Amino acid sequence: MSQWSEATQERAGQIMARYPQKRSAVMPLLYLAMAEEGHLSDEGMEEVGRWVGITPAQVQAVATFYTMYKRRPTGKYLISCCTSISCMLLGADDVLHGVEDESGVPHGETDPDGLFSVEHVECLGACGGAPAVQVNYELIEGVTPDKARELVRWLGNARPEVVNGDEMQELFGGVRSFDWAIREEDGAVGPYPAFQPLGTVGSEGGA
Amino acid sequence: MTTPLVVTKRMTEFPADSHSIDRYEATGGYEQAPRALGMTRDELVEEIKASGLLGRGGAAFPAGLKWGFLAPARPSFLVVNADESEPGTFKDRQLLERDPHQMLEGVIITAIANEVHHAFIYIRGEYPKPARRVQTAVDEAYARGYLGAGIFGSDYELEVTVHLGAGAYICGEETALINSLEGLRGEPRLKPPYFPAAKGLYMQPTIVNNVETVSNLPHILAMGAEAYTQLGHPDDTGTFLISVSGHVKKPGNYELPHGITWRQLIFDIAGGIAGDRELKAIIPGGASAPWFVPEIHLDDRITKDVCAEAGSMLGSGAVIVMDETTCMVRAAERLVRFFAHESCGQCTPCREGTTWMEMILRRIEDGQGRAIDLDLLLDVSDNISVGLAWPPKMTTICPLGPSAVSPILALRDYFRDEVQAHVELGGCPLKLARASV
Repeated sequence: MSQWSEATQERAGQIMARYPQKRSAVMPLLYLAMAEEGHLSDEGMEEVGRWVGITPAQVQAVATFYTMYKRRPTGKYLISCCTSISCMLLGADDVLHGVEDESGVPHGETDPDGLFSVEHVECLGACGGAPAVQVNYELIEGVTPDKARELVRWLGNARPEVVNGDEMQELFGGVRSFDWAIREEDGAVGPYPAFQPLGTVGSEGGA
Repeated sequence: MTTPLVVTKRMTEFPADSHSIDRYEATGGYEQAPRALGMTRDELVEEIKASGLLGRGGAAFPAGLKWGFLAPARPSFLVVNADESEPGTFKDRQLLERDPHQMLEGVIITAIANEVHHAFIYIRGEYPKPARRVQTAVDEAYARGYLGAGIFGSDYELEVTVHLGAGAYICGEETALINSLEGLRGEPRLKPPYFPAAKGLYMQPTIVNNVETVSNLPHILAMGAEAYTQLGHPDDTGTFLISVSGHVKKPGNYELPHGITWRQLIFDIAGGIAGDRELKAIIPGGASAPWFVPEIHLDDRITKDVCAEAGSMLGSGAVIVMDETTCMVRAAERLVRFFAHESCGQCTPCREGTTWMEMILRRIEDGQGRAIDLDLLLDVSDNISVGLAWPPKMTTICPLGPSAVSPILALRDYFRDEVQAHVELGGCPLKLARASV
């Protein structure tokens, strides 16, 4: 008997139909398990194993390889600060310190209320808009230490259900990697990527 | 030098809706894929070979030759590598977000040429916005009959699956990417087989091409291989996207012909060094590339061959510019840390070596360095990349470990004094100078 909601089970079936072999669906199903529970639990990994026909140990071997599968409870807002070379050159370490200080959460940790998780990450592919920060994988470029603090305060006060990259960019961002932006209404609903097949895309005002 | 824009033309002229299928079709889109349906595999492979198109993912392997290697077994598969993760590189993100149909038409052309009926687009997990754009484009293409059973009214079937990665740079290595797509850990496969075109996804013949590479294909068919070779430089045809970041006034992606100089790129195109400070070092082709310094390389032309002769590479076209205020030990530490973090752990020289190199660099930067530390770094490096040659002689399955050696070579060749100053002063000389002001 599956523990997943009917909606998640339906998505899992649709995802598996997009691959010639069942095991290829492990990665998207791990995201589904995260979206179901907020993080990847042992039970979630077992469920993925049942769907694709491999053992829990085999699922765990995959899940532990990739940094985006969070096996511990993660905050409502996962704040990822890039500190790779291009961002470091333009002050990313100070941005990270600003986020840590304002949230009270050191990198690699989650606060007791489950509001913020903070991490420093390697290159986010936003080097032309360094330093870059993501909230639930939605991108903000050209962030200063002061703006990073403002971002943390705003998240703590406004507590948006849908995290929208364009909105955060306007409020807290600066230089971008490329300019011609098209305003996007979609955003993330949790600390995992917002992507249609995963059912994790929210819309501003519509979520 | 004015070369027409190719892959960024539509997004430059129509910034508001270059991503939509209507704009794509109104500007010549989806005219070449139906033409490809009327061509044989040999004709398509020959056309791309004649265009001289080199892979844009970093290895600069001739795209037509790669297609030509496809083994006869079927089914065959196509995987588009959109796992862009090399520090300094952000060009594919722009192509994915701003012109996803251009890439998708390239996918259809590649599939037809290689008798592929199921293609995968592997997008890194930290790119949800580009992935959403691509998924929307895929849905639109299905709705118009350009994907699915009987594309463009033919009897050819093509399915496309958009697959999200989960935060592992190594999955950009094509055999690691294939393992990841099979639902395994993203560890590079032992070679041989050297090419996925022989045995790739599910051990079937597989073409793995980069986003920018496939995005060029509709244009090559539209203008013809001959016209495409007239763009850019004879050795390096077409235009290429170069991502400039670091201490420049105008960072960004620039579509350029090969053959301009580093001086032109940094001072004319990217506006010069921020604050008009002095240029200190250039990383020419992403974090993996050995560095250049202005005294020696500033007037070198930017082509694959000139870069290779100078002991480095153009790689993924990512240029990281560092000014005089940059501590070279700190920069090296940050680059090596990346490779230590992203090492998949299969090969001991890489797993252990990169970790130790990171720790040694950190202690030098923190003022705890020893006089022998640079030699120690070189010794560890030699265990990963024998003889410290370029291109590297690897002791590892894939080039990740040897890539971590590149910053160490820069310290040895150009910044030995700066390393020694750290050791003698018990800290970073730049930081100490700033503190005393």
